[in-house]
Amino acid sequence: MTAAPVLLLCLLLLLAAAGAFAGRWPAPFGIAIARLVHGGCAAVSAGFALLAILALATGGMAPVLLPFGPPWAPLSLGLDALSAWFLLLLGLAGLAAGLFALEREVAVPPRRLLPWPLFLAGMALTLLAADAFTLLLGFELMSLASWALVASSPADAEARAAARQYLGFALFAAACLVPAVGLMGGLAGDLSFAGLRAAPPQGWAAVAVLALVLAGAGAKAGLVPLHGWLPLAHPVAPGPVSALLSGVMTKVALYVMARLLLDLGGLGQPLWWGVPLMVMGAASAVLGALRAGQERDTKVLLACSTIEHVGLVTLGLGLAATLRAADLGPLAALAAAAALLHALAHGLFKTLLFLVAAEVQHAAGSRRLDSLGALVHAMPAVALCALVGAAAAAALPPLSGFAGEWLLLQALLGAWRVGELGFQVLVAACTALAALAAALGAAAMLRFWGLAFLGRPRGPRTLGAQDAPPLVRAALAGLAGLAVLIGLLPGPLLMLGAGAIGALSGHPGLPEAAPLSVSPSVQGADYAPLPLAVLLGLLGAGLVWLCRRLSPQPARRGPAWDGGFQAPPPHLPFGDPATQPGADGFAQPLRRMLGGRLLAAHEAVHRPPPGDTAPARLESGFHDPLPGRLLAPLVALRERLSVAAERLRDLSLRRLLMLGFGTLVLLLLLLALLPGGGAR
Amino acid sequence: MGFGQLSYDMAHLLGGGVLLFSFVLLYQRRLSGVIAAFAAQGALLALAVAWQGWAQGAPGLYLTALLAAVAQAVLLPLALRRLVRHLAVQRAVEPALGIGASMVAGVALVALALMVVLPATAGAGLQAREDLALALSVVLLGMLMMITRHNAISQLVGLLSLENGLVLAASGVRGMPLVLELSTAALVLMLAAVAGFFVFRLRESLASLDVSALHAHRGEREGEGA
Amino acid sequence: MLFPAIVTQLLHAALLLALAPLLVGVVRWLKARLLGRRGAHPFQPWRDLRKLLRKQPVLAEGASPVTAAAPYVALAATLAAALMVPGFARGMALAPMGDLILIGGLLAVSRFALALAGMDAGTAFGGLGAAREMSFASLAEPAFVLAVMVLAMLAGTTSLDGIGAVLQEGAVGLRVSLGLALLALLAVALAENGRLPVDNPATHLELTMVHEAMLLEASGRHLALWEMQGALRLALWLALLAAVFLPFGTAPAEAGPLGWLLGLAAWALKLGLLAVALAVFETAIAKMRVFRVPEFLGAALLLALLGVVLLFLSTGLA
Repeated sequence: MTAAPVLLLCLLLLLAAAGAFAGRWPAPFGIAIARLVHGGCAAVSAGFALLAILALATGGMAPVLLPFGPPWAPLSLGLDALSAWFLLLLGLAGLAAGLFALEREVAVPPRRLLPWPLFLAGMALTLLAADAFTLLLGFELMSLASWALVASSPADAEARAAARQYLGFALFAAACLVPAVGLMGGLAGDLSFAGLRAAPPQGWAAVAVLALVLAGAGAKAGLVPLHGWLPLAHPVAPGPVSALLSGVMTKVALYVMARLLLDLGGLGQPLWWGVPLMVMGAASAVLGALRAGQERDTKVLLACSTIEHVGLVTLGLGLAATLRAADLGPLAALAAAAALLHALAHGLFKTLLFLVAAEVQHAAGSRRLDSLGALVHAMPAVALCALVGAAAAAALPPLSGFAGEWLLLQALLGAWRVGELGFQVLVAACTALAALAAALGAAAMLRFWGLAFLGRPRGPRTLGAQDAPPLVRAALAGLAGLAVLIGLLPGPLLMLGAGAIGALSGHPGLPEAAPLSVSPSVQGADYAPLPLAVLLGLLGAGLVWLCRRLSPQPARRGPAWDGGFQAPPPHLPFGDPATQPGADGFAQPLRRMLGGRLLAAHEAVHRPPPGDTAPARLESGFHDPLPGRLLAPLVALRERLSVAAERLRDLSLRRLLMLGFGTLVLLLLLLALLPGGGAR
Repeated sequence: MGFGQLSYDMAHLLGGGVLLFSFVLLYQRRLSGVIAAFAAQGALLALAVAWQGWAQGAPGLYLTALLAAVAQAVLLPLALRRLVRHLAVQRAVEPALGIGASMVAGVALVALALMVVLPATAGAGLQAREDLALALSVVLLGMLMMITRHNAISQLVGLLSLENGLVLAASGVRGMPLVLELSTAALVLMLAAVAGFFVFRLRESLASLDVSALHAHRGEREGEGA
Repeated sequence: MLFPAIVTQLLHAALLLALAPLLVGVVRWLKARLLGRRGAHPFQPWRDLRKLLRKQPVLAEGASPVTAAAPYVALAATLAAALMVPGFARGMALAPMGDLILIGGLLAVSRFALALAGMDAGTAFGGLGAAREMSFASLAEPAFVLAVMVLAMLAGTTSLDGIGAVLQEGAVGLRVSLGLALLALLAVALAENGRLPVDNPATHLELTMVHEAMLLEASGRHLALWEMQGALRLALWLALLAAVFLPFGTAPAEAGPLGWLLGLAAWALKLGLLAVALAVFETAIAKMRVFRVPEFLGAALLLALLGVVLLFLSTGLA
């Protein structure tokens, strides 16, 4: 078993090498190589999933040193329960995305075939790492490979700008994580997880580590206020890539955050350790959900919904950290279980939804909600899978999204026991925000599915749409089945992941998980999704049977009543488009309710002057003010820096020498002043 | 003393009721609604003070309760109502800060009041601590109402509801001399009378109750004003 | 243990199904009486249901299977939720599942199904109603969860059965927080059921509608299912309010037929009281503008938050 991870990673590198040569060969060979790469990636992903399940069941694998790597930081791989939990997500999502790519991504430009296996390898290396150096190595490989994938898409100016911003944020994340790991390692320099865990950061170093990891991993996960790049970059990439970016890569970033802050540095931390996570998580959840309900482009909408769910997971992580600090072990385990379960569930249903968006774009030629509609008739299978995914994302019982949010709400409802009044008020506010985010997310998912698949067609192209081919259908159906399965069986899943919960919360496993139900505490309420599903099924079947008996007549078709509106003229075959709510119209109530302050939404009615027969126009829109506010000072700083650098270029020789001398003296001073520096 | 005992339960309920009506004041748009809510708050305050008098065995508090009942619950609302009718102002007031935002601010202020009062009164009795926390919240909400409303009458009501909070605070503290309480009440009433006078003047000279209209008439910006 | 639990559960189900339309009829009749009209017979909703079941349903052109499937999903979810709310007895077979957050989730399922049915035919009113319904729900849901937080802090559980039992003992005393939670839950109940002042259940003017706008295309048995779902939702909310805030007189499931009968009398009394209160409230108040509804629900949310904060005060003092 110890050789398996190394073997799988090597396989991915071989596939990348094969992909690199795809461009050199004529078309038929190129396509065969593309098939090989995608199929190979799917197979390796399946291997990862199997390995993860095996590790979860048997308790994992001890770290092994690799025979190569720099002498000062030996590379080591391991697979404990926490890694295995996220590796399971990577394996399942990677398998589905690989199958999808095998159908839709065969004739791609070859420059995309090299980074795709590398991207998977980077994520896997991050998860499999057993020391902080390997972790960073994998994280950077993941960042760069995913940047190559984002930048490789057919370039228009917008896509190029998105890729540039993506690279900027990736560099920022690296610039934050490297010093964070350095601080954690301390002067002893032992970067293995066991060594780091034995000496969690204290004092000012702890504050610095918290801030740096939050900034670094938070930027990669898309936490507010570092979320600006995510809705730009995720949609630019091709379907399976954006699915993995949104579904898995954000989770890998969350894994890094959980590993560094909760597992390695979480022991003996003060009460405020989780508070920044909770605040950022709650803010991300609300802002992401609100934006998801306003965006007009399906993939942008889904990316914003990712911000929401990442926020909910982060809220759970922060809660777990704080409850652990307050010595409320079982509650901390509950919060950690909520975070883990929701991370897994979101990774899978978001992969499903992104693949659906890609399939819809392929079939109906557009990503804009305003040119879709009525696709349920043309693509019933895709519509059904999308409905399962959207309902899971909308946190409807008994699907997977609800299970995680139920656990999270239970943890929040119990967190007042910490007893600190300020923290209690924060918990109350976070509870309200989490519920608000869940409801806003439900509205956004309804808008997404309803506008894309129901109603009348908004463009002629949707009429020519065809349902997905078998391979795509298998990928989508598998993911939809997983969304149902995780929703029905959270108890066994959390029993399997007890080790991961223990790593995050310091409490061995969820206190009350049974095969059929989960419960926050002994006297708390039970959530038993499988019996609930049976009950719902029985009731539904009973109703159908009753209605068949009482009202046997088959339904008849007739023109829509529509409150008595008259039939549209013959030149409008799909009816009057103005009488069907569009993307902006559907979003209007929420834009007026909450958008004004949070999203700088605006509305203006332009009326023609009296006597003019032109129609009145309603203009509305919004933009997220946060990224701009964050980036504007950075832009100003860059300007100032470049001016200063220009000045450096024409310094006199004497001054240049002074520069070198000054640096030397400064370094010597540092060496003399730092504690322990001179002694070594 | 704790929950399940009648004397504590009732005091808790009445004090909480006074606070609740401070929120109703923030929520109301119409002047008649504002005045009615203010009257109800006064009546609840009178009940709360009377209950305190009974619970503490302090007959002086009954006088305070009577004064509150007469002045805050009956006379002042009637006078305000007459004022509104007399001035024939528009009945709906547009708040400077939105209803939702001012209520969010209100909840935040209550949380702040709790966080200030609870550690500061660690040694005092259960009843007094809670009363002080509620009273401080009412005072803060009265101030909030004064700063978030353009309309002079709403500001006046804010001031008076602030006084309700002061009376509530005084009633909860055992052994507060009656003189102090009465003089505070008189002071606020005087303030209210002065403010009422200014409302008349405002109306006469500016034909509006919107205090932001005064802004243009400040001395130092005469050049750009008017 | 098991046998009385199952019997009471079945009895509860039968009573709910029979009473829900009757409750709607009683509220309508009371409102008519209060307005000085004679009003239709309280049994009228039952007669309407029978008539609708006889009619042939008409599906709009362009409607998908969603229109036909949604009413079954919505009614099954609402019924499941209603079965978990304690009625005349406590400790029924489904009581261990009856968690308030799950009940909220099941109501969200039926709301989702209703909104999808509204959007299916691609008509103006359906989409409008769906957008408004989901927007109002996004404020109602946090208010509901915060009210649940008050109850959970007092009772130590989110199970409705457990909360009712704790409140019936009366050990928690009279609390402002409970009153604030009650106000918040009332506002949420009015919004969820589309009652005045949020929505007018009796209107036929499409522009002012929220709930009914989504049902414009439903007919025949589909409409009957939707009507039943609406009635059941009202019964559920009244039973929920009764179980939490009027907890007296509920019989334990093991009490036997005589105890059940007493519990039944108490339950009927409570539901009747709430129905009268609803009718009086609705006659006394006017519908508010659609864009004031967020303020109304936002106020409910903040009152619930205030209740939670005041409860922190109490726990901090104790």
